[in-house]
Amino acid sequence: MLRFLARRLALAVPTLILASMIIFALQQLLPGDVATALTGEERDPQVIAFIRAKYHLDQPLPVRYAYWAGGVLRGDLGESIRLQKPVSKLIVEKLPVTLELACLAMLVALAIGVPMGVLSAVKRGQAADTVANGIALWGLSVPNFWLGILLILLFSVELGWLPASGYVSPFESLSENLAAMVMPAFVLGNAIAAVMMRHTRAAMLGVLGSDYVRTARAKGVSPLRVTLRHALPNAAIPIITLGALEFGQLLSGAVLTEQVFSVPGFGKLMVDAVFNRDFATVQGVVICTAATYIALNLAADLLAAAVNPKLRRA
Amino acid sequence: MTKPLLDVRDLAVAFDTDGGAVHAVNGVSYTLHEGETLGIVGESGSGKSVHVLAMLGLIPRPPGRITGGQVLFEGRDLLALKEREIRKIRGGAIGFVFQDPMSSLNPGMTVAAQIVEPLRIHLGLDARAARARAKELLDLVRIPNAGARLDQYPHEFSGGQRQRVMIAIGLSCRPKLLIADEATTALDVTVQAEIVALVQELKRELGMAIIWITHDLGVVAGISDTVQVMYAGRILERGPVDDIFSDPRNAYTLGLLRSLPDLSGGRAGRRRLHQIEGAPPDMRHLPPGDPFAPRNAYATPRCRAEMPPLAQAPGAAPGHLVAAWYDLPDLLSREAAR
Amino acid sequence: MSTGTPIAETAGIAAPTGSPGLIQEPGTVTAFWRRLRARPSAIAGLVIVGLLILMAVFAPWIAPYDPTATDWGNVRGSPSLAHPFGGDEVGRDVLSRIIFGARASLGAGLVSVALAVSLGLPLGLLAGYAGGWIDGAISRLTDALLAIPFLILAIALAAFLGPSLVNAMIAIGLSATSTFIRLTRAQVRAVAAEEFVEAARAMGNPPWRIAFVHILPNIVPAILVQATLTIAAAIIAEASLSFLGLGQQPPEPSWGAMLNTAKNFMDQAPWMAIWPGLSIFLAVLAFNLFGDGLRDALDPRQRA
Repeated sequence: MLRFLARRLALAVPTLILASMIIFALQQLLPGDVATALTGEERDPQVIAFIRAKYHLDQPLPVRYAYWAGGVLRGDLGESIRLQKPVSKLIVEKLPVTLELACLAMLVALAIGVPMGVLSAVKRGQAADTVANGIALWGLSVPNFWLGILLILLFSVELGWLPASGYVSPFESLSENLAAMVMPAFVLGNAIAAVMMRHTRAAMLGVLGSDYVRTARAKGVSPLRVTLRHALPNAAIPIITLGALEFGQLLSGAVLTEQVFSVPGFGKLMVDAVFNRDFATVQGVVICTAATYIALNLAADLLAAAVNPKLRRA
Repeated sequence: MTKPLLDVRDLAVAFDTDGGAVHAVNGVSYTLHEGETLGIVGESGSGKSVHVLAMLGLIPRPPGRITGGQVLFEGRDLLALKEREIRKIRGGAIGFVFQDPMSSLNPGMTVAAQIVEPLRIHLGLDARAARARAKELLDLVRIPNAGARLDQYPHEFSGGQRQRVMIAIGLSCRPKLLIADEATTALDVTVQAEIVALVQELKRELGMAIIWITHDLGVVAGISDTVQVMYAGRILERGPVDDIFSDPRNAYTLGLLRSLPDLSGGRAGRRRLHQIEGAPPDMRHLPPGDPFAPRNAYATPRCRAEMPPLAQAPGAAPGHLVAAWYDLPDLLSREAAR
Repeated sequence: MSTGTPIAETAGIAAPTGSPGLIQEPGTVTAFWRRLRARPSAIAGLVIVGLLILMAVFAPWIAPYDPTATDWGNVRGSPSLAHPFGGDEVGRDVLSRIIFGARASLGAGLVSVALAVSLGLPLGLLAGYAGGWIDGAISRLTDALLAIPFLILAIALAAFLGPSLVNAMIAIGLSATSTFIRLTRAQVRAVAAEEFVEAARAMGNPPWRIAFVHILPNIVPAILVQATLTIAAAIIAEASLSFLGLGQQPPEPSWGAMLNTAKNFMDQAPWMAIWPGLSIFLAVLAFNLFGDGLRDALDPRQRA
């Protein structure tokens, strides 16, 4: 188990370093002089000179990367030019909001996707399977920002049941926090639910066709118990590892969902930074997203290992 | 060996596929008595496994479909039972041992949890009693240090030990019938012999009837009272084990026997190993007559046109049945004369 | 797939093991068509895709109005006979904008995936076939790119490139490239282990010939399926970028951008939000249906 963890970690670190290089290299895409671009509309030569010195812009790219990466390792992601705040501070402020949204959305996705996938595998080829597959296809195809708009139209504009936008900290009022998060979490979880359903269905079909499920049935075990006790735990490993890949989609989707519902999270920070040409913040958010994504995948690997008896004892 | 335990009457099973229905079992009838050991032999696709799985509702439906017949177990038709009722028989009065002990045990459950399950379902034991019984069962199948191994997972057991666990599960509720489906096929030869010996011992201790399904005639010889040869979903020959080996009446049985290495006669007694020419028939489009006729050098025109009935072989021991239009001993003696 | 992660694993494509010469076998193409025709949902997807492409190509002839012409009498106008889909915030005809918007969406879907395939296929072929340090380098790069969630990378790229439809296409195409590298590499490795490739090698064929003549045709089906599903993802991605203001710039029509504006007039002019969203949904659904059908029809595991 420890060796497994170490191996995973050893794979994740170089990936993250390479990803950070790519993110850093994005700067080179900026049209014209980097310093001018970084300062946005600022044309004061003094400011530009300051930026040039601060970001070591007269140095070659690898050296600049080394300075930047050194900063990142110390938790210094640079300064937001627009907001006059350290990027790391902005991220620490916004990250919990997005994490709450992502966790709730994952909960929605699991609560919808896994039972639907199990049902559709057990009832393979029957009406329930067709319906579940249809719902999944719908979930995969509907753009989540549009779904968000439609839900706002229905529940906020027409019915007035839920707030259309805004965010309340759960420490202020949990009920208001949840009321504000219900729609965003559903919208964000919806697409993942469809993917989860497909993964669950595929994994369950594999397991339900296995010899040990036949053994269980030959022992006289009831279909419900065969499904829940014999099949589902063995399908859990692929569901967890494949599901973890969807964290990326969760983080991507959060950008749009936060935009639609004006949730002040990570994604909103990024989009605002893009429009303010606040590139240090964009880079900071992207590197943190990549790190979060890698960490979540690592966590999922550990969870998968924990439910796998072959690894648990090793 | 008196009362009939299992009476299979004209059982037929088909699987629906894109290319048409596959007729896996085509009218199988036989009787199994209490305490009898029946060896069913045949190559894959002969219907030997499918027909026992179908009896107990263990084939996937769809695509599988029982197209006819009755299976009377202690007088009750298993095919007419509701799922809830047949579940009481599966693992209770009829125990199963499956082929590959690697894949037939649940990798995510401890051995104890898997043995305990039928005990709680069929015997209604509480958790503590079931666990105690599980330990006894592991002792029974000669797994050393049983108490310490209860909470281990299947991957912590060797292949032979896993098959012993499978047998413990199959015997857990003292079944009247144990069905062993290729129970030794996936094992090393030495382990195979151990498992066969174990089953024979347990049979003496517990006295259940056994259906032993295999493609290996050698195993059948050592364990069975009666042997039944299946091909393309039909029984081609059936009879007392010694009689089948000494006096085969169907060309397919003969082919199987000739493909068996004979180690008894020393170097001089060895003959060349035979191989049955040709391939099994397409089960979607079975020939009208004897399904083995296209591969059979002794086949007559009638064999190709009409399926011979399974009937007492003339001059053979009572209960030795064969489905053949030709007279195999006669043909063989003429061959020898030439 | 509201944010369109074109992750290969999601597509669940079987490596073409056990089916050497998937394309070369005589009759497989016909057999493939027969299997595809047997799936009404796939055919429905194909038909919708065809209709949408026709709509995009012939937009100037179909659209009743100039999509950028404003009409002060039709500001947030309710749907009427003259304007069946209503008018937008400056009185442009929503129907005409939907028809012209197909150009941005389908164009972005096709161009970005073409870019991703033309970059990803050679790199994946190289990695899978050359092996060694080349494979190591390309694979690490792919891992790193995949560590940055698809849309986040596309947004970052679009941000640094500057907002425009062309840049959005480039951003989406680059973000999707890693998927094709990984898929091609995996497929090449599966096929290269097949006996017929061994045989070709034993007969002294040069590596480039083996790669292009023996391996490439066998991985085409899987690439085709992934490409179709990625077009669906790319259409959503373009709509997403345009929705955020990073794609098609006003006043040129794009379904995503129309939704962005519509968001502000939801209570007064809900039709502004309904039609563009429905169009995106339909286009994405069509490509997903077709891609799923294509995969099922090509999947060697499903053959009897």
